Amino acid sequence: MPLVELTDKGLYCPAGDFYVDPWRPVPRAVITHGHADHARPGSGLYFAEASGIPILRQRLGADLKAHPLAYGESLALGRARVSLHPAGHILGSAQVRIEVDGEVWVITGDFKRDEDPTCAAFEPVTCDTLITEATFALPIYRWPDIDVVAADIFRWWQANAEQGRASVLFCYALGKAQRVLAALMTHTQQRVLLHGAAVPLTNIYRKAGVAMLPTEPALEAEVEKKFAGELIIAPPGANGTAWMKRFGDCGTGFCSGWMLLRGNRRRRGYDRGFVMSDHADWPALIQTIEESQARQVLATHGRSDILVRYLTERGMRAAELRTEFGDEDLAAEA
Amino acid sequence: MQAFTDLFVSLDSTTATNAKVAALRHYLEQAPAGDAAWAIYIVSGRRAKRLAGRPLLKDALQTLTGYPEWMVLDAYATVGDFAETASLLTEEVRATDARGDQHSLAYWMEQEILPLADLDEEAKKQKLMDWWQRLPQLSAFLVTKLITGGLRVGVSQTLVARAVAELADLPRDVITHRLMGEWQPGAGWFAELIDPDITADLSSRPYPFYLASPLEHEPAELGAREQWLAEWKWDGIRAQLVKRGGEISLWSRGEELMTERFPEVIAAAASLDDCVLDGELLAWKDQVLPFAELQRRIGRKTVGKKLLADVPVRLLVYDCLEHAGSDLRSQPMQARRDTAEQLTDGADERIGTSPLLTAQSWEALAEAREGSRERGVEGLMLKAADSPYLTGRKKGAWWKWKVEPLTVDAVMIYAQAGSGRRATLFTDYTFAVWTEQDGERSLVPIAKAYSGLTDAEINKLNRWIRANTIERFGPVRSVSAEQVFELAFEGINASTRHKSGVALRFPRIARWRTDMQPEDANTLGQVQDLLQLYGNT
Ligand SMILES: [Zn+2]
Ligand SMILES: [Zn+2]
Repeated sequence: MPLVELTDKGLYCPAGDFYVDPWRPVPRAVITHGHADHARPGSGLYFAEASGIPILRQRLGADLKAHPLAYGESLALGRARVSLHPAGHILGSAQVRIEVDGEVWVITGDFKRDEDPTCAAFEPVTCDTLITEATFALPIYRWPDIDVVAADIFRWWQANAEQGRASVLFCYALGKAQRVLAALMTHTQQRVLLHGAAVPLTNIYRKAGVAMLPTEPALEAEVEKKFAGELIIAPPGANGTAWMKRFGDCGTGFCSGWMLLRGNRRRRGYDRGFVMSDHADWPALIQTIEESQARQVLATHGRSDILVRYLTERGMRAAELRTEFGDEDLAAEA
Repeated sequence: MQAFTDLFVSLDSTTATNAKVAALRHYLEQAPAGDAAWAIYIVSGRRAKRLAGRPLLKDALQTLTGYPEWMVLDAYATVGDFAETASLLTEEVRATDARGDQHSLAYWMEQEILPLADLDEEAKKQKLMDWWQRLPQLSAFLVTKLITGGLRVGVSQTLVARAVAELADLPRDVITHRLMGEWQPGAGWFAELIDPDITADLSSRPYPFYLASPLEHEPAELGAREQWLAEWKWDGIRAQLVKRGGEISLWSRGEELMTERFPEVIAAAASLDDCVLDGELLAWKDQVLPFAELQRRIGRKTVGKKLLADVPVRLLVYDCLEHAGSDLRSQPMQARRDTAEQLTDGADERIGTSPLLTAQSWEALAEAREGSRERGVEGLMLKAADSPYLTGRKKGAWWKWKVEPLTVDAVMIYAQAGSGRRATLFTDYTFAVWTEQDGERSLVPIAKAYSGLTDAEINKLNRWIRANTIERFGPVRSVSAEQVFELAFEGINASTRHKSGVALRFPRIARWRTDMQPEDANTLGQVQDLLQLYGNT
């Protein structure tokens, strides 16, 4: 019997009677990270890495019943031993390792292997079966160095400032916004304005000790009505809304892995697209699969069809797992 | 190549027209004349012939990366552009020291890219693999783009003319004229382009066309009937016949040379004086034939005997812009029209003048206009008798008073598969018009339309859609904003449900405007003008 099976409520471990990132309410949920497609309301008890708990409380309700775990800490649930390991995706993001009678499965959740000072770095975990995300599973996807992208963002901001314009940078409010704020620190000490949706999450990162540029809610700065030269970080959903009007003639940018493709950059109608993803690119996916030494790979998210065919042709056991996980950048835009 | 790559990045990373003009002008100032000429050639969308086909590119890409064919094709389906796919997939075999290339754009075009034509397939493949490894990603993309056809960077002919005019400090009209027609890029050509001596006009080039605007009010508001010339509005191909020093050429509005496509018109022009005539090409057998017939003649460089006999073409002249070397454009319409009539009087029947309507009052004209459909025309043209020949879409001198009052030229942005028998075909399309805010243009969806194309057109459009998909959302594909369609519709209403703020009633495709660039499509402002006039609120 498989250690983890796909049910209508989500990924279920029968030996431990718990779910991982369920999409319906369940008694016991192990959560990889706080993005909306992975952490949903209504479950009885949430197991998550300790630094991710405040994020869950912020998004799902302050009265949420949570059981914090440290990375590497082992917990017995039924006949299963469960532990969480850094996934490098956002603050508190984890891979879930499940061991039953000597057999090991690892669920990566969303992960990346690029440098990111806002969360613990990805650690490879060996296993028999790897359930991996495959959002960007095509060899066209190779992320540029984050320092190069941060320098681009900074130059764009300065160029707008020279023309007396504000710069509105759209990025997902949880994870991406904070990563940008941290990456810009090598270039400036200047204060950045935040859309309301990004304020509480940024505060949680600060409390967790993540170093970022100083920030202020855009709402409070509005009293003076002067936005020329400012950088404003906002979720993609704010684009085109009345909220944008206050900034007048401003430059707009979008931070996402999808911005690697020229067609996406042109179609979305932002002035600039910055290639920055919190998901694994193709080389990172392949490296992770190899390092896991897994005998079987199950792929979820995005281009799992490509990954499965590629691995199968190379003689691996691989299959798709049709979960309801998606990509936060796309979800935020829809 | 690096400087041109930087120009490409500047043009591609902004939608603001002013920023694009500034970037292009900056490049033209710095670049050697030869490079400047090639840059203009490339960014204005002109293309050399295709030097390598898709199979060769795919083969080179597989050899270099070792990825299976299905993966290369899947990557292509995701990216939507083969050159970009190649530049991305080769990133892992790219030399780590791949840096800005030292050679000039002119060197690349003249010494590397165009000479590919003389190489066999294997040698071409080796060249491609070498470039992909040696050039940085963006330059690799650009070079591949230039080999496979053209490069679209959202730069219109108008924008190029603006940048050059600023640089040369010459009127934009002069530059537009000099940019028209066929030319070979080179240092000498660029020097001529920015030559301050504007009397030197040694070409067969046509004048910039003047375009009529739709009449959006009662014709009586134009003033007295006798101040206006009225003609039928023909549904054909707008053309200028240029005859200078006995040399004859025929030009489309899209600045395409059509001389070889309409030999009967060229033959008929042999008896004319030197002149430049503005008129409409029509399929004609005793009377005008439907546009669909004329379409059989479009897109063919040369025509066979059978097609010539089946679909004979006639030029109906309505203006004379030049006679015996002198520019008549500042003369009144009535005088130019008289000259046109004298010139064509007694010419071969393949060249005639578009008759004037003699109806004495606006009411009588309106009545005549009701008969447009039976005549196979689209309505009436009204031209101010005392107006000079203007340029572009300037309003005021020429009005089109169509029977079908409401049409809009829009750009296709999405395509969706039909259902049932047509599930494998993209038959439902979404169209958009331009909206401008703070000097920045973007497309806003205006209507969906399902019908109006012939099966042959649908097949052709489907091939284009498959090759130009940007992204898939289930059954819907976004396509690059390149194809313009004339949409006809029965009415227009304000709508809060649509982002554009308007809803069109019974929109359908009137025509695939292959003669139009996406930049030429209508603006939301123009559509809102229609709403003001015809909307029932
Ligand atoms: Zn996530
Ligand atoms: Zn996810």
